[in-house]
Amino acid sequence: MAKKNKSPRLSGAPTGLASLLASLVCVLAGLAFGFVVLLILGGITMSQSGEEFTFGHLLATTWEQGFKPIVQGGFYSKANMMGMAVRMEILQAAPLIMTGLSVAFAYKTGLFNIGAAGQYTVGAFLALYCAIVLKMPWWVCLIASGLGGAVWGAIPGIFKAYLNVNEVITAIMFNWIGLYAVNPLIYQGGNGPMFNLKTTKTFTLKESAPQALLPTFNVNVGGKGYFGKLFMPTIGIFIAIGIAVLIWVVINKTTFGYQLKACGFNKNAARYAGINEKTNIVLSMTIAGALAGIGAGLFYLSGSKEWEPLVSTILPAVGFNGISVALLASSNPIGCVFSAIFISHITVGGGFMTAKLFPSEVSDIISGVVIYLCAFSMLFRGKILKLFNRKSGTQRKGDKA
Amino acid sequence: MADYVIEMLNITKEFPGIKANDDVTLQLRRGEIHALLGENGAGKSTLMSVLFGLYQPESGIIKKDGQVVKINNPNDATALHIGMVHQHFKLVECFTVLDNIILGAEPTKGLTVDRKAARKRVVALSERYGLKVDPDAKIEDISVGMQQRVEILKMLYRDNEILIFDEPTAVLTPQEIDELMEIMRSFKKEGKSILFITHKLAEIKAVADRCSVLRKGKYMGTVEVADTSVEEMSRLMVGRDVQLVSHKEEQTPGKVILRVENMTVPSRVHSNNAVKNASLEVREGEIVCLAGIEGNGQTEFVYALTGLEKMSAGKIYLDGKDVTHASIRERNSLGLSHIPEDRHKHGLVLDYTLQNNMVLQRFREPEFQRLGFIREGAVREYSDRLSQQYDVRSGQGSATITRSMSGGNQQKAIVAREIDQNPQLLIAVQPTRGLDVGAIEYIHKQIIAQRDAGKAVLLVSLELDEVMNLSDRILVMYEGEIVGEFNPKTTDVQTLGLYMAGAKRAE
Repeated sequence: MAKKNKSPRLSGAPTGLASLLASLVCVLAGLAFGFVVLLILGGITMSQSGEEFTFGHLLATTWEQGFKPIVQGGFYSKANMMGMAVRMEILQAAPLIMTGLSVAFAYKTGLFNIGAAGQYTVGAFLALYCAIVLKMPWWVCLIASGLGGAVWGAIPGIFKAYLNVNEVITAIMFNWIGLYAVNPLIYQGGNGPMFNLKTTKTFTLKESAPQALLPTFNVNVGGKGYFGKLFMPTIGIFIAIGIAVLIWVVINKTTFGYQLKACGFNKNAARYAGINEKTNIVLSMTIAGALAGIGAGLFYLSGSKEWEPLVSTILPAVGFNGISVALLASSNPIGCVFSAIFISHITVGGGFMTAKLFPSEVSDIISGVVIYLCAFSMLFRGKILKLFNRKSGTQRKGDKA
Repeated sequence: MADYVIEMLNITKEFPGIKANDDVTLQLRRGEIHALLGENGAGKSTLMSVLFGLYQPESGIIKKDGQVVKINNPNDATALHIGMVHQHFKLVECFTVLDNIILGAEPTKGLTVDRKAARKRVVALSERYGLKVDPDAKIEDISVGMQQRVEILKMLYRDNEILIFDEPTAVLTPQEIDELMEIMRSFKKEGKSILFITHKLAEIKAVADRCSVLRKGKYMGTVEVADTSVEEMSRLMVGRDVQLVSHKEEQTPGKVILRVENMTVPSRVHSNNAVKNASLEVREGEIVCLAGIEGNGQTEFVYALTGLEKMSAGKIYLDGKDVTHASIRERNSLGLSHIPEDRHKHGLVLDYTLQNNMVLQRFREPEFQRLGFIREGAVREYSDRLSQQYDVRSGQGSATITRSMSGGNQQKAIVAREIDQNPQLLIAVQPTRGLDVGAIEYIHKQIIAQRDAGKAVLLVSLELDEVMNLSDRILVMYEGEIVGEFNPKTTDVQTLGLYMAGAKRAE
């Protein structure tokens, strides 16, 4: 809205920029905090090992073996492995963008979709079922995953709209219902049509359903592919980015988005204006669910991981990380793309740290701190805006002189 | 030299896009009642927030008893014995009166609150000033007038010498207003100094000694109330002559537009019905006013009429069509416009821009959307046109977030939006609540213009002046029933008051 402001007064114009800068401040502060944590952890481990070390040594070790991998992410790894690591980053970013969008979209209507994990689970099941059992092409599987998520999102929406049951409670319960429905359906006492007894996972798509694998792409660097033949990333990331743009358009440019936001900001005024807030709640949750479901489709149809019904007794973390993504992006769909890539980046980087010194979970601490700081991003935004105003204030005075 | 207890000299406070206070000076004498008069958005609240330490001015100084003081936060203000009754009370609903009064200044005995001592003091204070309250009643159970007394007692309990009242009469009944005026006079006798923010000129005439006027952030001067007429004060405030009584032509009402038959609406608060068997008609070219004391079913009546609430019995006909079960949107498209009682709850999406609010019902029309995409340009143009036509002022034009606009301009935006839909029936509920004379005059003119254009207008108002001034017919509602019908030309405020209070009813 602000960028269309053509009036000479400046207070509206930089708010978008200020939000972006505020998010960047959060990221930098989070990284700084992470560095301190690494220093402490490294110091503890090194002093326990009994060897003599100076602070300078500790600083250098932490920088080289801890902080650098995190900041460089997939690009830290050795040249021959880099393609694979970067592919991992891209691969993990796609579903993260989708669950982030899921949370952000529902939030625009004033709803908190904590059920992305369950919607993701159901989406994964339908994608794999269509792929392995029904032998459908990838795009049908992807649509199926979206439909699965949509149904799982719609249910809390219906409960909220027509029975006034808080969507958070229903969504949490449906997370578990989804998980404990999907696992036995795949396992079926070992006889499930998708279950491979040898690996105790679902069949790999490469062997059983190559038609359902997402197409891959390569980047040409110096006359040859950047990614090795076996490690080409899927087009999932582009689908996710495309959907993010689509969601941005829906929210900001359409009458549908207008209604959703009106309900989110002020339910009573929306009702007064003849907007059916119940329909909007259900629709919003349905779409949010579909987004999370597609996220699962993008991940499992890439063929790099299989569902493990016997091990998967915890909800997929990507569902909850979607909340972090949306928070970091302050619910801006385009912002979700960047924040998802960031979180994926430092997570992959965390894996490259010298394991005997630094646990890879430090990347979780960093993203945690970043998210926590996001709560203050409004504060940062205010400060940055003030800075802007002061600057342009002196400019204005200068103009007069 | 006069004995000033508080002086605010050359205060300037800027917000992005607006100078809220521009070189404002306010001098409060010891023991006087000093009115601060100004339109909405004139900068009264900003000035008081500066005095209370909520804002820091860009320039200017504050003196207390001739000494320059720095007020950084409300605690500093309290230490200087400055107290304030805010327009929206700051009370803990589920606490007792006594607990609310001592909250933050509790007398202690060891580790416990010494309620006995506190009660003694509160009772003594309330007797001394005639502020009757029950110390053990809970805030949620007492009337708004009582709540205000609690706020006043809070100031007295803290030995405040300078008492600020921010639009204290907006929420009170006529009797309660009289009592408040009496209380203010007794404070003055005690030597306390009072700053009284208002835009009701009659009240200034009744109690104030002097009056400072602000207009658009600028200080217009201070006058002796006794030597200044109401007209002069309003001219100072608005900058032009204001018609305090609206002028309207005779009109012969046409066909019936709205017919309500035996409407009954259940109450959300109690088991009784909020509206009982109410029937009325509104015809083309007439303003029918539903008068009554707050909480006698008018709100629920309008909710049912507009579709916000379900009714349990009765029928509604709009231009002959039965709309009893129609949705809000259907009623809208049949020509019903509604200026809601609560502009923040129903009237506006405060976090939307002004232009988005201007098309709150109309965004689906082909003029404003194509294939489901909002036509931003058209919305902007429409909003610009309405803002200009209806004099809606805002910092950044149509792109202003509505929350940052002043109450008067928010209300004007709603009025503009509702009238521009060219309704057959305009329902205006408390359309001028909390507005200044300039805005009131403007909105009254718009309502009369609708009537003169042959529209049916149903006005719901608690302000008897407004009722007498605008309406062609008056219906009085008491405890959910319509208890009398009057012609404003042949009745008077006293008679209406009797019906409103339930002392009399038509058979």
